[in-house]
This record gives sequence, structure tokens and C-alpha cells, in this order.
Amino acid sequence: MLVLNYFKSTFITILSRGHVHPIKARYNCFMSAITRLILLLSFFIFSGCEIQPVKPWERDLLAKPSMQLTPDEVENALDEHIYFSKEASTGGQSIGGGGCGCN
Amino acid sequence: MFKKNISPTTVPLRESLTLACCTLLNVAPEAQAELLEDIKVDSAVLVYSESDGRVNVVEPIIKLKSEIKEDQYLNVQIVLDALTGASPNGAQSSNIAQTFTSPSGNKTYTTDANTQPLDDTFHDTRVAISSTLENPLDRLRKNIWSASFSREYDWQSLSAGYTYKQDTKFKDTTYMLGTSLTSDAISPVGGAPIALATMKAPGDNSSKAADESRSTVDLIAGITKILNRKTITQLNLSISQSSGYHNDPYKIVSLIDPISGLPTSNAEKYIYESRPDSRQRQIIYWKIARHLTEDVINIAYRYYQDDWGINSHTIDLKYRYELSAKNFLQPHIRFYSQTAADFYRHSLKDNEALPEFVSADLRLAEFNTVTIGLKYGHKLANNKAISARLEIMQQTGNSQPADAIGAENNQDIHPDLSATILQFSYSFIW
Repeated sequence: MLVLNYFKSTFITILSRGHVHPIKARYNCFMSAITRLILLLSFFIFSGCEIQPVKPWERDLLAKPSMQLTPDEVENALDEHIYFSKEASTGGQSIGGGGCGCN
Repeated sequence: MFKKNISPTTVPLRESLTLACCTLLNVAPEAQAELLEDIKVDSAVLVYSESDGRVNVVEPIIKLKSEIKEDQYLNVQIVLDALTGASPNGAQSSNIAQTFTSPSGNKTYTTDANTQPLDDTFHDTRVAISSTLENPLDRLRKNIWSASFSREYDWQSLSAGYTYKQDTKFKDTTYMLGTSLTSDAISPVGGAPIALATMKAPGDNSSKAADESRSTVDLIAGITKILNRKTITQLNLSISQSSGYHNDPYKIVSLIDPISGLPTSNAEKYIYESRPDSRQRQIIYWKIARHLTEDVINIAYRYYQDDWGINSHTIDLKYRYELSAKNFLQPHIRFYSQTAADFYRHSLKDNEALPEFVSADLRLAEFNTVTIGLKYGHKLANNKAISARLEIMQQTGNSQPADAIGAENNQDIHPDLSATILQFSYSFIW
């Protein structure tokens, strides 16, 4: 619950400041929030992430569809296309794919 | 892998589809003979809608996956995009109404005072087909061949790629190397504008030239590692080099009076944008999935930079909350922040020498995007599943830049963009 409240307050901070301050202040606020999120999430994720060899018969959880690195490929493809057409950055997950006149 | 009885009536269509895919990827005839295994089908319809009457997209998609031999998989994805609405043309809003020549060059459209200029002649339909063939070399090594084709009114793209994957002895680490080549043929409505040429009145095509093209080479290297029984992570490094036509043929730049900040009093008030004819992108992409007691958290981070001066950070967080064995909820948050391209200008003064490169495309400006969403998924009997998601995207830029002049300070130089994303999905075994 503490973690959820932290996310909520950080997100509200970003949204509320986004409409009041000039871009630099908003950018700094945004990046500051991102840095805090990364630090928090890194702690949250890696606190139980020591590397341990996993035997084939211990891969029950890893084999679940929800544990795939891209659990929903169709949704991922649709999102990639949206952000490709609305932002300057693209790529990173894989190569190729159809070009598009949308950007 | 996918088990279900085949209805005799479904076979001819399935055969036709799979044969078409094999032809695209040049699969050997003996492999085609095996193409009667069950097919996993993921389908969805996405509705993307921007506020203020801007772009609306309806996008059905279907993805087929079949194990055509042991550990040999064929994937085919077909997407249809139907776009309507209005798109920003790059010109700046002003306290007077503005009239523009449409891209076709044979009519005009007018934007009201104090309103972001939008080209309402914007509409398009795009179809994209992509296919991959995963072909194991042995227990640990795999070749993946890919091909894709897309076609829309003013753009055609053809791409081919190859990826090699190798597992370590205990299959806890996978190395990946891949490359792809893409060739785009660009035929803008009314012809490709000459960079920096002025927008002419209807009927005067002296600022338009012939069709254009672009080629792109992508390289990727990646490592995927199982960290422990509950955690898997991936790190990719990518480089993309493109050369050829990079302008947006429908984007213009306003010329303004250097004192008043109003549109220039010259007869020709807008020029077509000019971008470099090459672009190199470098990307670091990191992803991790961790199984908690029952839920799964999925985090991705991307750092992007290119030689146009743009760099960006993207963080994507999904938390899959298992409501029961058959139901889940998945909140989603995405943060994105980019810097502006070196040649981005919201407008040009009418007395300054034209720069070699200039664009007023807001997608090359400095801005942030925040997306929040929620997805609900439900498993049905017989390996069927449905899901729905609703997301809201908000893009915010600098509406009052320091270099605004006079009347420009009364305008919103970078209007916010709000969009709603709605998606329904259905998966089944065919």
C-alpha cells in the first residue's frame, strides 16, 4: 500500500505541475520523478533478484504466458505503432517491421 | 503444441493462408505439407481517438502462429489501419484566420484565428502483413527469418530480416544477433514538396517534385537471462541507419514578422520543411519480468538517441494482478520524455536566412508523454481468452517558449495532445 501511495503521489505531482510551470520546470520535475521511480522500482525488483541457477523442473513460473517478456505481442505491436507515429523515438525491442508514412 | 480437432470445412482457408505465408517466406514444399497443425489466433481491434477532432484510427489486427514442424514456428500478422480526422500541418496558430493549400495542390482549407492549424484532408488506409519463420538448427540454436510488407495510399514498405539466437547449455541465457533491411517508396499526395520551397496557391505545382525513397538498415544484439526461478530479464542494443527522404511532405513552417510575431506580410507565408537525408538511431532497451506471489510485474526502460539531436527516456510499467485463476486486472503506466531535434523551430522570421534544415513538426519538439491504462482479461474454456483495455495518453510540450516573439506569446505554441486508446482482444485455437 505504501508503494501504491508513492506511485499515486508521484503521478499526481507530474500531472498537476505539468499545466502550471514552464517546460524546463516540468521537464526537471518529470525527470526527477522518473529517477525516484527508477530507484524505488530497482529496490523493489532487485531486492529478491539474486542470480540463482534454475533447473529445468523449476521453470513452472517462468513458463507461464504472463511471465513472457512480451506477454501480449498483439497489444505490443499496436502500442509500438501508436508511439512510433506520435513520438520521435522508436525501436529497441526487435528489428524491422513495416515502414509507415505516419512519421 | 496447440491441440484441437480440425473441422473439415476450415481446412481450405487455413491451407490457403498458410501457403500464402510460406510463399512469402519461401518455405520448402515439404514443410508446407505439414501445415495442418492447429493454429493459435490472437485477434484485436484498437480504436485510437484524439481529442479536438484530430486523428481517429480503427485498427483490426490478427496474428496466427503455427508449429509447422517440431519447434519450427510460422507467425503471420495482418494489420489494417483506417485513419480519419485532422492532423497538425506544422504552421503556428495566429490571431487571424489562415488559409493553406491542401497537399493535393488543387484546393484550400482555412483555420480559424487562435486555433491550431489542422489539415482536415488527412485520411488514409494502410494494410501491413508481416511474417516470421523460426527454424531450429539444433537444441540450442535457432534461425528466425522475417519479411514484412505494408501499403498505404502514399507509402509502400518492404522489409526482410534475419535473427540468430543461441541458448547456453542449460538454457538460462539466450544471445541474439539480428539485422534487417527496409526499403520505402514514398509517393506524397500532390508530389513531394521541394525542401524549403514556399507553399504555392492552388494550381501552381512549382514547389512539388517527383516521388522519393528511403532505405534503412537495422542491427540488434541482445541477451536474455533467467536470473532465478521468478525473474527473467533482457537487454538489447540496437543501431538503425536510414538514408533517403526523411521529410514529412505534409508539414510546413510559418514565416512570421520579426517584430510583431504575426504571419509575414509577404505573399508567401509558409515553407515546406527540410530534414537531413540520413538518420542514425542508437537504442538501449532493458526489460524485466518478475513473478511475485501470484502477480507479475513487467518493467521496460529505453534510452534512445539519434544524430538529429533527439534523446529520450521511456519507462513502461505493467502490473498483472490476478483476481482469480481466470481473471486478471493489469494497470499500466508509461512515461516518455524527449528533447527536441537540433533543427526544430516553431516558426521562422521572414528576414532571416533560411537554415539548411528546419521542421516545425511537434513530434520533433521537446515534450513529455504520460499514458495510464487498465486492462481486464478473462480466460474462457477451450483455450479461448478475451481482454479489454482502456488507456489515456497525454502529451505536453512547451506552450510558451522563450524565443516567442510579440503576438506569438498570445498563442499556444505547443498544444497538448490527449488521446484515448480502447482495445478488445480475442484469442483462440483454430
